[in-house]
Amino acid sequence: MQQFTVFMDIESSRSYIDELYSSDAVKVMEALVTLKNSVIGSNRQKSSVISQGVVPRLLQLMSEESLDPNIRLEATITIGSLAKGTPENIDSLIEKGTATALVEMLKTVPLGSKLAEAALCALRSIFSHKPAPVDALPADMRLLTRLTQIAREDSQEARTSVIRVLAVWCSGTVEQEALTCAGACSAAAAMLVVPPRSVPSPSRLVPALELLAAMCFKNPNVAQVALNTRHGDKSIPELLMCLVSRDKPLVVALKAAKCLTFLQRAGALPADDSRIVFGALPCLARLCTKENTEDIRASAAEVLAYLTEVDTSLQRLAAISNHLMSSLADIVNCQSAAAKQGAFKCFASLGANDEDIRKMIIETHGLMVHVVNGLNNPDPCVSLAAVRCLHSLSRSVQQLRTTFQDHAVWKPLMQLLNDSPGPELLNVGSSTLCNLLLEFSPAKEPMLDQGAVEMLCNLTKMSDPALRLNGIWALMNMAFQAEQKVKQRILCCLGTEQMFRLLGDSDTRVIMKMLGLLRNLLSTRQHIDAIMSEYSSQVMQAVIVVLEGSYPAEVKEQALCILGNIGDGEKSKDLIMANEDVLRKLVDYLAHPESKLQEAALFVAGNLVWRGEAGAAARQQRLAELGLLRALKLLRASHHAAHLHDKVKTALAQFNEFT
Amino acid sequence: MKLRKSEMAAIGSGRGTMDSQNQVQSDTVDRLKLLYPNVNEEETPLPRAWSTKDKFSYIGLSQNNLRVHYKGGTQGPGRRPHLPYLHLRLWMYRHGKTHRDAASVRATHPIPAACGLYYFEVRIVSKGRDGYMGIGLSAHGVNMNRLPGVGRFPPGWDKHSYGYHGDDGHSFCSSGTGQPYGPTFTTGDVIGCGVNLVDNTCFYTKNGHHLGIAFRGLPPNLYPTVGLQTPGEVVDTNFGQQPFVFDIEDMLKELRARTRVAIDEFPLPDEQGQWQQVLHRMVSTYLVHHGYCSTAQAFSRATGQPIDEDIASIKNRQRVSKLVLAGRVGEAVETTRRLWPGLLERDPDLLFLLKCRQFVEMVNGTDCEASEDGANGVATSVISHTGRPHKRSNGVAADAAEEGGGRDVDMAPAANGDHEEADASSQRASVERMLAFGRELYAMSQKLSQDLYHKSMLEDAFSLLAYSNPWDSPVGWQLEPVRREAVCDALNSAILESQGMQWSSPVEACVSHARSLLRRMSRASLGACAFADLSALLAR
Repeated sequence: MQQFTVFMDIESSRSYIDELYSSDAVKVMEALVTLKNSVIGSNRQKSSVISQGVVPRLLQLMSEESLDPNIRLEATITIGSLAKGTPENIDSLIEKGTATALVEMLKTVPLGSKLAEAALCALRSIFSHKPAPVDALPADMRLLTRLTQIAREDSQEARTSVIRVLAVWCSGTVEQEALTCAGACSAAAAMLVVPPRSVPSPSRLVPALELLAAMCFKNPNVAQVALNTRHGDKSIPELLMCLVSRDKPLVVALKAAKCLTFLQRAGALPADDSRIVFGALPCLARLCTKENTEDIRASAAEVLAYLTEVDTSLQRLAAISNHLMSSLADIVNCQSAAAKQGAFKCFASLGANDEDIRKMIIETHGLMVHVVNGLNNPDPCVSLAAVRCLHSLSRSVQQLRTTFQDHAVWKPLMQLLNDSPGPELLNVGSSTLCNLLLEFSPAKEPMLDQGAVEMLCNLTKMSDPALRLNGIWALMNMAFQAEQKVKQRILCCLGTEQMFRLLGDSDTRVIMKMLGLLRNLLSTRQHIDAIMSEYSSQVMQAVIVVLEGSYPAEVKEQALCILGNIGDGEKSKDLIMANEDVLRKLVDYLAHPESKLQEAALFVAGNLVWRGEAGAAARQQRLAELGLLRALKLLRASHHAAHLHDKVKTALAQFNEFT
Repeated sequence: MKLRKSEMAAIGSGRGTMDSQNQVQSDTVDRLKLLYPNVNEEETPLPRAWSTKDKFSYIGLSQNNLRVHYKGGTQGPGRRPHLPYLHLRLWMYRHGKTHRDAASVRATHPIPAACGLYYFEVRIVSKGRDGYMGIGLSAHGVNMNRLPGVGRFPPGWDKHSYGYHGDDGHSFCSSGTGQPYGPTFTTGDVIGCGVNLVDNTCFYTKNGHHLGIAFRGLPPNLYPTVGLQTPGEVVDTNFGQQPFVFDIEDMLKELRARTRVAIDEFPLPDEQGQWQQVLHRMVSTYLVHHGYCSTAQAFSRATGQPIDEDIASIKNRQRVSKLVLAGRVGEAVETTRRLWPGLLERDPDLLFLLKCRQFVEMVNGTDCEASEDGANGVATSVISHTGRPHKRSNGVAADAAEEGGGRDVDMAPAANGDHEEADASSQRASVERMLAFGRELYAMSQKLSQDLYHKSMLEDAFSLLAYSNPWDSPVGWQLEPVRREAVCDALNSAILESQGMQWSSPVEACVSHARSLLRRMSRASLGACAFADLSALLAR
């Protein structure tokens, strides 16, 4: 064998590289061994060898079934060694079809052979690189079955490698289902068993846990299969329960808790299952504590955020577990973006539903400062998570009035939203904005000065219905009991054209909020008259569009309410009275089978016939002519409208001259 | 010589161990013993109930002193509460009530450090009027008669008092103000209090959920304590007799693993770190010490360890040991006299020990000295005719046989085949010989220093004669073959010592050294001793 030296340069390596192409098997073998020895442990050698174009020859030697198995093995080991090089090395390996060649080889090599093990090792190294060449591995049932068979029966090394590859590969529903059919659940379960009195090995357990997590993520079918998969006398959740205990390595406990979390969120385990409540949740809360390393804490917070995202009882439980609040507040202080992101997300989940928890979060020492800083974080993931946290907290009326004001959270938020944010940030951010613009929020005024109206009007023009909804909703909140100049500004900025476009929106919720905005704009007598003097035709038209269109009852109810508000205006009443069409509709609605429409129509009628106001008699007469009086009397006699009788009586009482 | 006496004392105390073992078997399983295996309850008893004495009179106890209720006071205004350990008066201060209402109770004993991790649970049966309840720990001996009035107490006046309060969920640590700690608790909740005696921290649980560490830097010897304040408050306590709601086993496992890692990773100076060498030496000396002659020789050949003793000498010791272990103590004594003249004469204590054993073996029917040379004139024991199985050389097998035989009938003649061969007159003769031997033994004991140890050994041995079936008697433990081992060790040690060698082997010295260190740790309130599992470490 040629003597190998560390200082071998490209020129001196020429000779044996040439030998690789020899037809003499002995020479090829010698060259391969020399090559293998030269590249092990040296990224420089790896790069140089790859740049000399040896890879295709190696792949050929590796794949040629007629060749001496030892040559194939050495070639595969060399490829595996090259795959442990720099990311650039792996890129060029993938480019030359190494992943595909390895997969092809796995279809035929005998199970349990050294060759299979070497091929799997090489494939694992390549799949550890990002982005992994997932396309090289087709969702072919025969191949997958073979791979899961390796994962169940082969040597420990081969099993670990194949599971690692599959865990990376499993990234979508198709892969999840295919792997499940191929029996990957039971293969993973077999890897999860820790024999008593032995030290659990993370290098064996972690790939299996990652595969299981990847398979169950948001997939109820697979989660159900996993739930019922047993190894020995234990089901997968029971095996996981053993792994979340305190004496297990932290990374194992973390991944096991993640699997349990995914099983729960995919619907396989109920939220009150003891393995969640006494297994995954306390484990994650423990992993968030100060004693652990930053990356463990970051991941634990992230998983806990997912676990507690929707279920209120889990949120309450997490909130009292192991000082989680202060643990999370401490994680927010960590340097890494992942840690900050995880902690903010977790706060967001915890505070989603329960006011007491929100209070606890806010009272956590110095947290608001960190949220505000998080909003300003240059990493978009962190700022998004901070906005999520803020959104969760903004559901609290008390916080809107106090803490948020103290920390002027709207400032960085407005800045984020004005700074070409991504769709997700825009969505959560505008939802938060919506809450911040509630009538009692002191942030309302300063936000107006920051151009909130313009921004929200722009939102209503977005193609995403969720953003349109948030925009119009926020405007509606803003208009509630606002000053007249604010209302004018909204109307002016939104424009009548956009208003009508929104009334024709495909999303009923958007229409509702649009009408709600009109209602809020048309409140208090002076505002009604002032606005109607300018926009009467558009508003009336809008109302008529809705009343005549094929809208659901609750939309029409809103339109009638707008009419009612207009009817409360001093001069605006005349606008309704002048429109016989509308008046006839009103009479019709009093006899409408839908009781909430009857009630709304009654509200309009009541405002119009109110006695104390100028011209009341004339209006009463006109309405009586149109049959309003008769309709009211019918309503009074109706059994179905018993709950409206008081209002009907009040309205009728206005007509004393006619009755 | 002094050292050997302590060794012999240890043999004597074996009886106590046996008795308590029997107790455990007869009683239902003592869960506390399982929870805290390293606690020596003779030295540091575990808290198993609330103290009927160490409590204020407003507290009532029932249900084996495990249930605590508030019964209030009818005393005049001049009376003051005794034990408001948990700052209950501070609540009252806060709540505008008089501290006179508060009352606490402590457990019967402080928490032994050898628990390692101590835990108890309190179930709130009823929150009573206001639910002002506190659960925690306190030190012994605060003089309550000197309680100053509310608002006038100097700071730190009741040091070492720790509590978690139900009404506000705050934790109180020997100070006037509580810290926000956990959720509030009320009727139906189970509150657990755990003390980590390794880190000296305290945590609580609510309904099985860990609430996080409440206190750090705890002093040793704290008592479980509970305090109540308003009428109708009732709590039940589980000191470990019942399964806990919280999974304490999980934390125990963690601490055990942690301690093991600490031991494994303890840095050693280089010259002491040559494990292979040290271990070989230990194994070799152990084999030689106990006279496993051929094994020792084989091991010595394989590892190149020198053997410091003559092979013939080892073989001699082996022979004597075998005789003792077979129950043939008389022969062993004779052989010892022949091989090491003067040894037994110089050590009357040892001789007495051997003779006592010989007497026991006579009862057992295994000392067949008489049949060989008749020097002492003691034949096979009369009681042997009652059919004790004669295969007693192997401890385990004999034990198993004993279980079956001992429970039979006492001396039922029909049950024993060889009984019929027994001749009544020879029986009488052997009884007489035994009595003669006993008198000799008694005379011998009179010459020895009259300490309790010798006396009780003799009494125990003589007591065997008082029972028709000694194997099934309260002193029957003496007859077990395993009891021979201690005698054998004592003799072996004495022989070795007389030859100028160590009386105990380095392995045993090492183990007993480690044991004694653990005991010292326990006395020094170092909780880690609970998790240094010697037998597990040795088994590795």
